[in-house]
Amino acid sequence: MSWYLAAPLVLPFLTAVAAFLTRHGHLGRWLSVIGNIGFLIAAVALMIQVLDQGIIAGQMGGWAAPFGITLVADYLSAVMVVITAITALAVSVYALADINEKKEALGYHALFNILIGGVTGAFVTGDLFNLYVWFEVMLISSFGLLVLGGKKAQIDGGVKYVTLNLISTILFLSGVGLLYGMTGTLNMADLARTLPEVENQGIVAVIAVMFMVAFGVKAAVFPLFFWLPASYHTPAFSVSAVFAGLLTKVGVYALIRMFTLVFTGDINFTHTILLWVAALTMITGVLGAAAQSDFRKILSFHIVSQIGYMIMGLALLTPLALAGAVFYLVHHIIVKANLFLIAGVTERIAGSTDLNKIGGLYKSAPLLAVLFLIPAFSLAGFPPLSGFWAKYVLVAAALEDRGWVIAAVALTVGLLTIYSMTKIWAEAFWKAHPEGMDPSLKTLSAEARWPLLIPIASMAALTLIIGFFPQPFIAFAETASAQLLDPTAYIEAVLGATP
Amino acid sequence: MEALLAITIGVLVACAVYLMMSRHVLRFIFGLVLISNAANMTIFTAGRLTPGAPPLIPEGAEGPVGTVANALPQALVLTAIVIGFGLFAFALILMFRAYTSLGTLDSDEMRVAEPVEGEDKP
Repeated sequence: MSWYLAAPLVLPFLTAVAAFLTRHGHLGRWLSVIGNIGFLIAAVALMIQVLDQGIIAGQMGGWAAPFGITLVADYLSAVMVVITAITALAVSVYALADINEKKEALGYHALFNILIGGVTGAFVTGDLFNLYVWFEVMLISSFGLLVLGGKKAQIDGGVKYVTLNLISTILFLSGVGLLYGMTGTLNMADLARTLPEVENQGIVAVIAVMFMVAFGVKAAVFPLFFWLPASYHTPAFSVSAVFAGLLTKVGVYALIRMFTLVFTGDINFTHTILLWVAALTMITGVLGAAAQSDFRKILSFHIVSQIGYMIMGLALLTPLALAGAVFYLVHHIIVKANLFLIAGVTERIAGSTDLNKIGGLYKSAPLLAVLFLIPAFSLAGFPPLSGFWAKYVLVAAALEDRGWVIAAVALTVGLLTIYSMTKIWAEAFWKAHPEGMDPSLKTLSAEARWPLLIPIASMAALTLIIGFFPQPFIAFAETASAQLLDPTAYIEAVLGATP
Repeated sequence: MEALLAITIGVLVACAVYLMMSRHVLRFIFGLVLISNAANMTIFTAGRLTPGAPPLIPEGAEGPVGTVANALPQALVLTAIVIGFGLFAFALILMFRAYTSLGTLDSDEMRVAEPVEGEDKP
């Protein structure tokens, strides 16, 4: 059984090694695509296994929990691994055309696959220190990817990204140390069992806030998000797509995991903070986006705003709200990564991502316009796209819980999101190109066109599928949320049935 | 012993925070090095101190005899030191690159990625 858990972890690293050895020449990029197809198969196999048997856990190296390192996959972990695999595959295909040989020789594909491995590890681990290690794996490879190419803006954005993320890392590490000192264990399931028995609950609350800040930096919530809009618009488009899709979501996942499984002792305290954070994150993100006039900068601020919705689901902590958060996570990763990929094609054919310098895409590249409309409207929450259902579930949960204010905030921010998306639409697609250019998809070379467009079209198709057939996805999210709210099954899967 | 270490950690954190509030990015990195050492010492101290009893298993025995030091926090700290070393090596090189290509290490002047509205992009 533990092979189902280990395979999605091992494959990206094997791919990374293979891609590193073949970094000169064209073999590496194809190995990356093949490796990610294998990764997707492994992820789907894990998902089938989880759907079939419920929560599965494996003890690595044969050391029994809570002493060894445990890998666990419940519904939330499994779906996150699958969605990581889908994004990784899409981006690795896109990279065939987007990443030049110079970046490949510097090891782009190796770093990319290590990043994917780190993200997967963070999703399946059941051990807190192990989570720290996966965060570091993810962090160091993302540093490399961010500054690969060495443009001035990249170095500048990199400095802010690196420094602020290192602070979060250190807070996380200190929290881990203190938690170990109090309970003598770092296994998350074991922590969930022993933490309520700790005498001094005041210190537990302090540690909970340390974790909240540490993961809050990773998730880019208000007021800790400043590194994100400073850096996400600077690297190559495939890099910013995978960052936008996955990295902040690892932070959100860690928050959901820790604040449903481990830190549930003082919900009134912790989840009230989270609710405020959620509202302010939504508002600042969307207002920040309104002030920008660059395709990728607008999208970056929207990541921040959307993170707020997920945190809102966590903060309300009702079955429906958590289901909404899980659904939102899945929908958001697909949509956001796709929008960044589209920004990449826009720059290719229109010459820039600065909205003042481009235009005319609707007339000369109608296919791209349609492909943009699907994720953009989904992000804004138009029915019947995936974002509508995600927002619908969350707002319904907020109203059910009598959270009138947070529901109003969520709806208003949805409207303002439409404003930003309309701005991109009007500037990049509707108005004529300021220099009279006709930015057509035909200007792309034949070998670049399909690697760029196929991932975008497939992810748009996924958005449509989730939008038109939301029922199985929502049912899945509801089961995931039930598992999160009642961690007994999780604890039993890791530690075995306890008297 | 714990009290002494706790005070040391406190002093380290205080120095680190002072350094990190500097606009000069290199000072910030030094502060980060200090505070990460403080974090490592926190783990070490939180794992309880047992002086003079290394966790060694005598020849022929199945487990350590008597009270010995907890080996787990030491393993955690070792891992954290190695990871931290890698991160800081990267961060220092990044600062060097920033200095050579941006010409400054004052964080207020590093505005290439987010230029002030109205100014020309470099």
